[in-house]
Amino acid sequence: MSKLPEQMKPTRLADIPRTERMLPGNRTCAGCGLGIVLRYIFKALDGEAILVVPASCLTVLGGMYPVSSVEVPWLNVTFPSTAATAAGVAAGLKALGKRATVVAMAGDGGTADIGIQGLSGAAERNEDLLYICYDNEAYMNTGTQRSGATPMGARTATTPVLGKQQRSKDMVAIMEAHAVRYIATACPSYPDDLYDKVRKAKSMTGTRYIHITTPCPPGWTFGTHETVKMGRLAVDTGSAVLLEIERPEATAPAAFRLTGRSRTLAKRGSDLKPLSEFLNAQKRFRGIAEEEVRQMQKHVNARWKEYIGRDMSL
Amino acid sequence: MAVPKTNTDILTGNEAMAVGAKLCRVQVVAAYPITPQSQVTENLSQFVESGKLKAQYITVESEHSALSVCIGASTVGARAFTATSANGLAYMCELIHWAAGARLPIVMGCVNRAMAAPWSVLNDQQDSMSQRDAGWIQIYARNNQEIIDTLIQAYRIAEQLYVPVMVCYDGYILSHTVMPVNVPSQKDVDKFLPAYVPHTILKTADPRNINQVTLADPRNDATGVLCHGYMELRYLLAEAFQKAPDVIRRVDEEYGKTFRRCWGGMTWAYRDEDAEVLLTAAGSIASEATVAVDALRAQGVKAGVRAVRVYRPFPAKELAEHMNRAKLVCVFDKSLSYGYQGPICADVKAALYASAERPAVHGFVAGLGGRDVKARELVEAVKQSVADYDRGVTDKETGWINCQI
Amino acid sequence: MSTRKCKHISAMASPSVGEAGKTGQWRTSRPVVDQSKCTAAKGRNCYLCSDFCPEGVIPRETPIAIDLTYCKGCGICCEECPAGAITMEPENTGSGDDTPPAGGE
Repeated sequence: MSKLPEQMKPTRLADIPRTERMLPGNRTCAGCGLGIVLRYIFKALDGEAILVVPASCLTVLGGMYPVSSVEVPWLNVTFPSTAATAAGVAAGLKALGKRATVVAMAGDGGTADIGIQGLSGAAERNEDLLYICYDNEAYMNTGTQRSGATPMGARTATTPVLGKQQRSKDMVAIMEAHAVRYIATACPSYPDDLYDKVRKAKSMTGTRYIHITTPCPPGWTFGTHETVKMGRLAVDTGSAVLLEIERPEATAPAAFRLTGRSRTLAKRGSDLKPLSEFLNAQKRFRGIAEEEVRQMQKHVNARWKEYIGRDMSL
Repeated sequence: MAVPKTNTDILTGNEAMAVGAKLCRVQVVAAYPITPQSQVTENLSQFVESGKLKAQYITVESEHSALSVCIGASTVGARAFTATSANGLAYMCELIHWAAGARLPIVMGCVNRAMAAPWSVLNDQQDSMSQRDAGWIQIYARNNQEIIDTLIQAYRIAEQLYVPVMVCYDGYILSHTVMPVNVPSQKDVDKFLPAYVPHTILKTADPRNINQVTLADPRNDATGVLCHGYMELRYLLAEAFQKAPDVIRRVDEEYGKTFRRCWGGMTWAYRDEDAEVLLTAAGSIASEATVAVDALRAQGVKAGVRAVRVYRPFPAKELAEHMNRAKLVCVFDKSLSYGYQGPICADVKAALYASAERPAVHGFVAGLGGRDVKARELVEAVKQSVADYDRGVTDKETGWINCQI
Repeated sequence: MSTRKCKHISAMASPSVGEAGKTGQWRTSRPVVDQSKCTAAKGRNCYLCSDFCPEGVIPRETPIAIDLTYCKGCGICCEECPAGAITMEPENTGSGDDTPPAGGE
């Protein structure tokens, strides 16, 4: 049984490289969580990467022909094909004897719904790509229609009256079932944690998956100034949990670890803030039934307990 | 002149395609099995896993992913290959459009098979014909030798024009039938096929954003250069199709010089020099038509074949030139544009529209869902057409060959 | 008008600031920095405004200078500043002039 990979020393915010490869004056909404996310992903990739991006908010961030907002080689692709096209880029480079970090970056729609077949196939084959899902919890680019990742109770353009009736799809569990080398979750409210995870994933080969809870002011309906606050609230209530799952070999057991703020909360034995604090802060949950909130709280609690139980390093 | 070293093997159409891809030194293969194409994928797996072909073989989980992989690979400069049939082709449809608009020289084998519903694994040409508007060059092979030769030519054509190419051949009739095939030598193919030089730029030093959302009108880039709108970019693809016939002919001629075989460029003919009635079709049914022509001639009908080898770009001028010398053209389509006519028939009529003197055109649908097409059925159809023509019927409803309704 | 100046046969764009234009014009309020309150200006580690800006228009250096040509006025810098050194002031309306006032931040 091989040794678990050593922990990389956490990077301080002050030491994160200053170079910006996401250029200002792009088409993201004011206060867009993805803007913060992408800045740090680019810093961690340090310029040496090829991005593969399907139809999504990110496509629009990238700009409209003939002007680009990103100083990174970038391939736009069809909605379902992110993982497969990225696998093709990686295969092409390998065939040519070249190497670059291939990053497939899609939204929750392009990952959990229309893109899941390609992602599952790529993960099963352990394609050499870093897959990043920025999860703003709905099809935001087309006007906030519900996705598989939309949380229960959220009102969206296609769940306008009753709110989403189902829980969000658990992409971490799905990726775990594929036994990929590295799974992590992150949030732009904790950019150092996000930066380190992308850096670590970049240093690995095989399929790596990072799921980033990305607050969206117009879609979740909160003030444009509250984006970072909303991410913190997500983590403090356990709606989002910062974690890493590493599996050095497919047959080796996975090492599960809470990170950042989630780790701090767990180590202190702190209670999570009530989920309702997170729900009440966003108009998309207005009108959510008490029973739904109870169900969601129950699920959050159970998951938090399970995660703490899995982390042998606490 | 020294005869190039070749070896003659007995190969199915699928084997011919796989061997051709190996000779082309394809670098990335991604293909999903589907009857009657599966042996292409299996043979290529065999070549790759045994080291005979140095390529990255991605055993994708769907056809949509197969062509996506090829798009990714081709964009970074690797020679990419895939193959499929019917519903598999339909599944990758949006990527077919994408590859064309992205100007990627991918070559795909399409083993022609009927579209569901209902299910049929047998041959007709509805699958590739349904994709004829997407912006791929389409070449239809009439026998297994042509499959391997056309595949080699296809990479040369694709990489010169930056247009993807579909090499089509009839499922089972060719894919599973063994025929003698001269397999060109690797050395000669290497000489014939230069390395692929991508037009796409994907490098850190010059970071490009490729195939972004494009607006309707031309727009300045950041340096003030007026760049294309969507329509102009699509015009460039259309322009490539205007140049394509010359490129296709030249490549076929050059192939002929190197390998002692060429296939007629855009169209091919059999006993058409003095023909009064021409049989027109694409693929193996055109081969069958040559048998019909011999029978018709024996019965005193001055028949000939003028077959479509390249369906897109459509060889309108070339066909018109040849067809205007005849009185009657019988077009046999193995597909139908529902609500109208067989695709080849409609295109032939359009090609002849501008001619002052043009033949009558009678269209037929044949062989759907693997319905066997016999030469004698073609003979009967032509004889009936001739009789109708003699009675003054220049235009008639699409005939259905051996449809037992 | 000929568009044949562009020699590419497919859509391949180069990067530039301001792809969506001068996005500072989107603002309804603008961030104003009181440098005297700024933690980083006092030599202590902060720069949360810079770290959390979704547009990347706040360089990580003092004095804090927000690029108002592109700042969309989201207010995250104001919200996250632990020293309360940033306030959101109503943007000038009507003139459509996005140039920052001379000498001010």
